[in-house]
Amino acid sequence: MPVTVHRKGETVAVCLKGDIDHHTVPALREAIDDAVSATPGAKTLVLDFSDVTFMDSSGVGLVMGRCRLCRPRGIALRVVNLSPRDARIMAMSGVRSIAELGERSQT
Amino acid sequence: MHKLNEMKLSFDSRSVNEGFARVAVAAFAAQLDMTVDELGDIKTIVSEAVTNCIVHAYRDTIGTITVTCAVFAEGVVRVTVRDRGCGIADVKKAREPLYTGLGGDRSGLGFSVMESFSDRLTVRSRVGVGTTVTMEKIVRGKAR
Ligand SMILES: Nc1ncnc2c1ncn2[C@@H]1O[C@H](COP(=O)(O)OP(=O)(O)O)[C@@H](O)[C@H]1O
Ligand SMILES: [Mg+2]
Repeated sequence: MPVTVHRKGETVAVCLKGDIDHHTVPALREAIDDAVSATPGAKTLVLDFSDVTFMDSSGVGLVMGRCRLCRPRGIALRVVNLSPRDARIMAMSGVRSIAELGERSQT
Repeated sequence: MHKLNEMKLSFDSRSVNEGFARVAVAAFAAQLDMTVDELGDIKTIVSEAVTNCIVHAYRDTIGTITVTCAVFAEGVVRVTVRDRGCGIADVKKAREPLYTGLGGDRSGLGFSVMESFSDRLTVRSRVGVGTTVTMEKIVRGKAR
């Protein structure tokens, strides 16, 4: 699954594309973690879900795992542009207490 | 209930089939009038149940997953996902939110998501024999 990475100042933004499930998570995890490692001094990681076409609870595991990675490095995690369904699944995990979640604007 | 149509799929417990299974079930279920959201709910529950067969039931092996889908005139979709894998010793505990038998990046939310997106969820399991998850969803459709 392709991702695109944007860097601006101390923020690294990773835009995820396609379906997020147990099958696609390993490649995504690696791409996100590589983007973070390649940005020394990063203060914020943004995961952009604008182009995510499907997600199940594997996506929650992915986000919780990135929380665990970012925390000790002092990197804040923001998850943006979740679809209403994906936001509902994320909310079930209590991940809201450790990462900032933002929903897609209605179009 | 009046059954209109039913299908059955069997496939290997390979992770690439997670996407295949949810799309195939959605394509079949879509013969009932339903909204994009309702179809999305069905994809999500199928994905959760099939992933559990791959990740848990057949953890160190490749086995067969059998999925059936039936549609009813009353606007009900019934999906069953069956494996012949390791089984679940304590179903009640497995269904608890955030419970996971595996560490790593599993969230333990699969059953909670299946419950939340369906109208009825039953789990029948025997250790060493396998597990069958049955989910029913009432669809209201675009017209109703
Ligand atoms: N088909 C299955 N066969 C064996 N064990 C299962 C099966 N489905 C679920 N389980 C058990 O129930 C637990 C909870 O499942 P779930 O709620 O989907 O969370 P997760 O998959 O993230 O662990 C799993 O960790 C596993 O121990
Ligand atoms: Mg699961």
